[in-house]
Parts: sequence; structure tokens; C-alpha cells
Amino acid sequence: MANQPIDAYAASLPPDKRESVYQSTKGTHEKRTKLLWDHFLDPNELRQTAGRIKQHVIENLDTLLPAAEAKLQANGVQVHWAPTAEDACAAVHGIMDARGATKLVKSKTMVSEEIELTPYLEKRGMEALETDLGEFIIQIDHDHPSHIVRPIIHKNRREIATSFEREGLGDYNDEPEVITRRARDFLRQKYLQADVGLTGGNFISAESGRLVLVTNEGNSRFCLAAPKVHIALVGIEKLVPRDRDLGLLLNLLGRSATAQQLTVYTEFITGPKSPTQPDGPEEMHVIFVDNGRTEVLASQCREILRCIRCGACLNVCPIYRQASGHAYRSVYPGPVGAVLSPLLAGKQFPELADLPKASSLCGACNEVCPVDIPIPDLLLRLRDKGKTEGAPKASIGVPPMGGWALMASQPTAWKAALAGGKVINHIPTKLIPFPPLQSWTSSRTLPEWRGGSFRKWMKNRPSK
Amino acid sequence: MISDRQLPAADRRVQLMATCLCDAFYDDVARATVEVLEHLGCIVEFPEAQTCCGQPAFNGGDWKASRKVVRHTVKTFTGDVPVIVPSGSCAAMVFHGAPLEFEKEDDAPAVDALARRTWELADFIVNGLGVKTWPGKFDAKIAFHRSCHSRGSGTSEAAISLLESIDGVTVAPFGEAEQCCGFGGTFSVSFPHISANMGTLKLDNVRAVEPDYLVSADMSCLMHMGGLAEKAGAPLKTRHFAQILRDALNPATAG
Repeated sequence: MANQPIDAYAASLPPDKRESVYQSTKGTHEKRTKLLWDHFLDPNELRQTAGRIKQHVIENLDTLLPAAEAKLQANGVQVHWAPTAEDACAAVHGIMDARGATKLVKSKTMVSEEIELTPYLEKRGMEALETDLGEFIIQIDHDHPSHIVRPIIHKNRREIATSFEREGLGDYNDEPEVITRRARDFLRQKYLQADVGLTGGNFISAESGRLVLVTNEGNSRFCLAAPKVHIALVGIEKLVPRDRDLGLLLNLLGRSATAQQLTVYTEFITGPKSPTQPDGPEEMHVIFVDNGRTEVLASQCREILRCIRCGACLNVCPIYRQASGHAYRSVYPGPVGAVLSPLLAGKQFPELADLPKASSLCGACNEVCPVDIPIPDLLLRLRDKGKTEGAPKASIGVPPMGGWALMASQPTAWKAALAGGKVINHIPTKLIPFPPLQSWTSSRTLPEWRGGSFRKWMKNRPSK
Repeated sequence: MISDRQLPAADRRVQLMATCLCDAFYDDVARATVEVLEHLGCIVEFPEAQTCCGQPAFNGGDWKASRKVVRHTVKTFTGDVPVIVPSGSCAAMVFHGAPLEFEKEDDAPAVDALARRTWELADFIVNGLGVKTWPGKFDAKIAFHRSCHSRGSGTSEAAISLLESIDGVTVAPFGEAEQCCGFGGTFSVSFPHISANMGTLKLDNVRAVEPDYLVSADMSCLMHMGGLAEKAGAPLKTRHFAQILRDALNPATAG
């Protein structure tokens, strides 16, 4: 019997890669947990409150989005609506085209990965350069991020040093300080030459129109310092109702994502530069990206839109720790990705229908989620969807359940099976034509079959 | 999760849901459960028509097949006394999983009613009956595995506090306790590689504290971890916590 694709991928992962992903996610998870419990009396209460705020957002997008748009416009921001990935890319391209811009510097944004912005712009003769160190390394390696927050969690410093040498950024040197300095020297020039700075958006307040960005390297500030145009790509679910909600969400985001009390840079951006300010973008654009989110909202799994992209569920997930991010064949890996990616795939759902199977349903993801998304319940709903829609990928290696259900709903058949099962004590499992049994016994022994023994004891003992 | 759970009545009548694993492999765990409940003055009924809680198909993604089995279970456990399950996982299937897959079904109220009166054994003893300590004697260092489907319920804390109250028992905490053992039902056979790696990591953490027994509220986790340890040539003694409670009462016959 074939294994699930993610299991096969994990089996092919070199042990040193798995070990570095494991140690790094474990370390962050443990620090995250300690920090939350050291600082707060009851972090779970906070997670639940944050979950209610974000649930309120996704259930009131019809009023919060127009409110945010009005505030943004009043702040001098141009607002664009992108129903699809193609629309979002075209909007960026259109803004650049209108100003004769050809060079764009990017701060880290998962939405730009999702809409595949860089290849879109490159095809049209424009340059889009990643300035987050991890994303920069991904870009020069023509690779893909394997973690939402730490895109190069799958790489070690020797590989990075080799890439830098290949790209002419200096002789081989794998000292992290040297790597960072070389990247900085290279990128500084690029900020100065760029026409446009592109960022994502962690939150937008519907109350004030403030765009909130959190980063740790300061590159987003450089992206906004020199270029004359700032474009922010923001998923439509990224709103908060009021500025005061940010206090809670930012406290949870930094701790959940990187075990920091607060990220090093937290920027609140209220629009383009005012006439009295010496520096900053003259134009600011917010592109609200739907790209399937409305369908997710209409599905049975809308809670996934609460996600604030902290990556805590990846770090704690035993499957992610074994398989790493590329196993999920999509922009969003790990437990959140196993829900979000198949949903965002729309008609291509069957292609990713195995992702919701990549979980032991242990619930650790729900336990760490800063917005308390019931991820296991959503995975289960998508498993049902995969089955009812007949997606073949979802059923690879999964024992068929029809015969079992018949037996388990007829007591006579059940008792007969309990008695008959004793045969496995005497026949080598290899000879029993039931592939899940071979899969089980490949690494584990089977206990002795004692079918019906308890019933016999219960029936025959002296009455109390 | 069901919040308004039905508390036991004064006569302490209960129904036992033995679970399919105990029915097929672990008869002594079901026996221990009966003996522990009877020690507490419960009158234990065993509805003969019971089979399985429906979880394999629920987790496997075949909700249609699962609902068939859940309907049989609902029909089997009639009445209004608490239903006691010596498994955090099967109990969670009844009080959380089944209501989830019946959200849009006409017979959801019957499923919810069963959910409200279903308890995992340790949770029932400590939080249902209010029993906080356990008598007897049992000399052992125990590593207690918090099974994942007990998250968010009272099970693990209840089981650990009962075990710790037994004369002679030490419960040794081990590393990465929040991590799953890798069983996960059908996951264990459709993701055999990851499942085995998870189990090995768990066993390494458990062995590091050199316990006499690996104990849990779920035989499924123990079947997986015990099976892995045995196949690797380094067997580990595994016990359901009900067996420890029962054996503490009868130190002479304990194994």
C-alpha cells in the first residue's frame, strides 16, 4: 500500500535537514510557551479573546472593509480591490507602469508568494527584489519558502555561503555575521535605486486606516524610506475593528511567532508623507486581495481566516517537524496550510486534498494558536469533503471503512469478528491480504488478539 | 466541547463503553475499569450490543460510514446514566467528534444527549464523583503519557493526581510532553514513516526518565508505543492507569 505523499516526502528528507527543522521549531515553540506563561496569568484566555476579535472581523467584513477603505482614502491612500491573484499582480504592474517605474524592493509578504508576483513582474521586464534576508536567499536560489515566518528553515549556513559565493557576493564564508553584512551591503544600493517599495500588511485598523507592519530586520523601513511609491498587498481578512485591538494581537503575534515580546520593528503607517515630512513615499497604495478568501468565508472552514500568520502551529506540529514545509506543495505549509491551501486552491482542491490527512489530529496546533482556530475540526471537515468529492489523493494508504461500518453497526457480526480475529495470532501478518496490517507491522508488533475475552468475564463473574 | 455535562446520580449507576480496542486486545483494561468503578460503589452495566464509537471512519474522513456506527452506538446506550469510557480518545469522539459530524443531521439531538452523559474514566472519578485520592499501595516510577484527545479535558490532570496520591507511586515528568506519540488512528498506517519517527522521539523522552511503567488513559497510544518498543527489541512495560488503580487495591496479586 502506498504511503501518503507527505509521508513519502518526509522519508526522502535528508536526516540533517530534518534535524535542523526539528531543533529550530522545537526551540522556538518552547521559548514561546515559557514567555507566554511567564508574562501572562492566563495566556489561553488571551488567545480566546483574540480569536473572538478576529472571528468578529471575518463575520463583519461587509461593513469593516468599506469602513477601512474610507479611512484609508481620507488618509491619502489609494485603495485597490483584487478579486484574483492575476488582478493583484496587474494592479501592482499598473501602478508601476503609470509612473514609469521598473525597480521594486519587497519586504517579506506571503501574499506576494501566493499571487506569484515576482515572476509576473519579471516577465514584463521589471525587477522585484526580496530584502528580507531569508527571502533574499530563497530568491537567489530560485527556491520556495518552507515556513511562514522563517522561509529558509530548511537551509544551513554552509548552503547559504555557497549561494553567496556563486552570486558573486564574496568568497566562501559561512559566518552568519559575514553573510548578513554582505547581504546588507548589496541591498543598501538596491533600496536607493528602487522606484517602489512593496510590503504586506499584518493588520489594518478599520477605525483609523492605520496599516501595521511587523518585521525584525528593519528592511521594511528601508523599503519605505527611499522609494517614492509604497504598495501594500493585504489579504481582505487582515482587518482589526479598532486600534486598541492591536495591543492584544501584537502582544500575541510576537510571542507566538518568534518568542519575542514585540518584534524589533512595529510600524504604524497612516498614509503617504505629508508635505512637511522630509522623507517617505509620495504615493501609497493598498491592494486588498481576495484570491479565494470569499469562498473560504462561505465554506465550513471560515475560522481559518482568523489566522495572523505567526507560524506557531508549524513549530509545534510533529508532522511539520518531520516533513518540513516543501512537503505541503503550497505557499502555506503546516497545519494552517493543510486547511488554507486546499481551500484557496478552489477548483484544484483535489490536487491538495491529501494535505488535511497530514495530521495525527493531536490538537497541538489549536492549543498554541494565538487566535484559537480549531484546526483539527477544520482538517476533519476537509477530510469529509475529500471523501464526498472523491478526491483520490485523500484516500492513498487510508483503509477503506465501508465493511468496518457494516460490521460495527451489527452486534452479531461484531461478535463473530471478535471471535474470528484470533486467527491473526496464528497466521503471519504478511499472509493476511489487508495492506494496513503490513503497514502497522512494518515498525510495530501487534498485541495478542483476545477478542471477546472481556465479554466472557463480564458475563460469567458472580453477580455483585 | 460539551459543557453542561450530566453528573452521576446518587445510586452511581453507570454504563461501560469498553471500546473496540479493549474488546479485541485489552480485556484486562476493561476488567480493571469495572473493578475500579465498583470499588467506588458504582453499579456497572455493560450494554451487550456495543461495538465501536465510530472514530476510525470519522478521523479517516469517511463521515458517512462513521455516522452509521455512531447511530448504532446512540441506539445501544439508551437511558440517562453516565457512560464511562476507559479512553480519552473514544470519549472525545462521543462528546466532541460525533456532535461535529452530526451538525446538519436530523438526529443531532440524540447524539448531543449521549455526548452530555459521556465521561472519560479519570475525569469521571475526579471531576464527576469528586474522588481526589486513591488508596492502596503500588511501588513504581511512572511516566504518564497525556494522550492528545484528552487536551482541553480534565482527563490527564485527573489521572496524574490520582496516580500521585497512591502510596509508592512517583510520576516522573518527561520532555516534550505536548508532542503526539504518532498513533493518530488511520494516520499510523497511511503515514507509517512519520508515525514511527514520532513514536521513537516519544519513547526517547520517556526512557530518559527510566520509568517502571509507561501509563496512559488511552490504549491506542500504548499499543503504538509498546509495539514500537517491542519491535525495536527494547520492550517497555505499558499499563492503562485503571490497571494501576486496580493493582494498588490488591498489591498481592499485582503484576
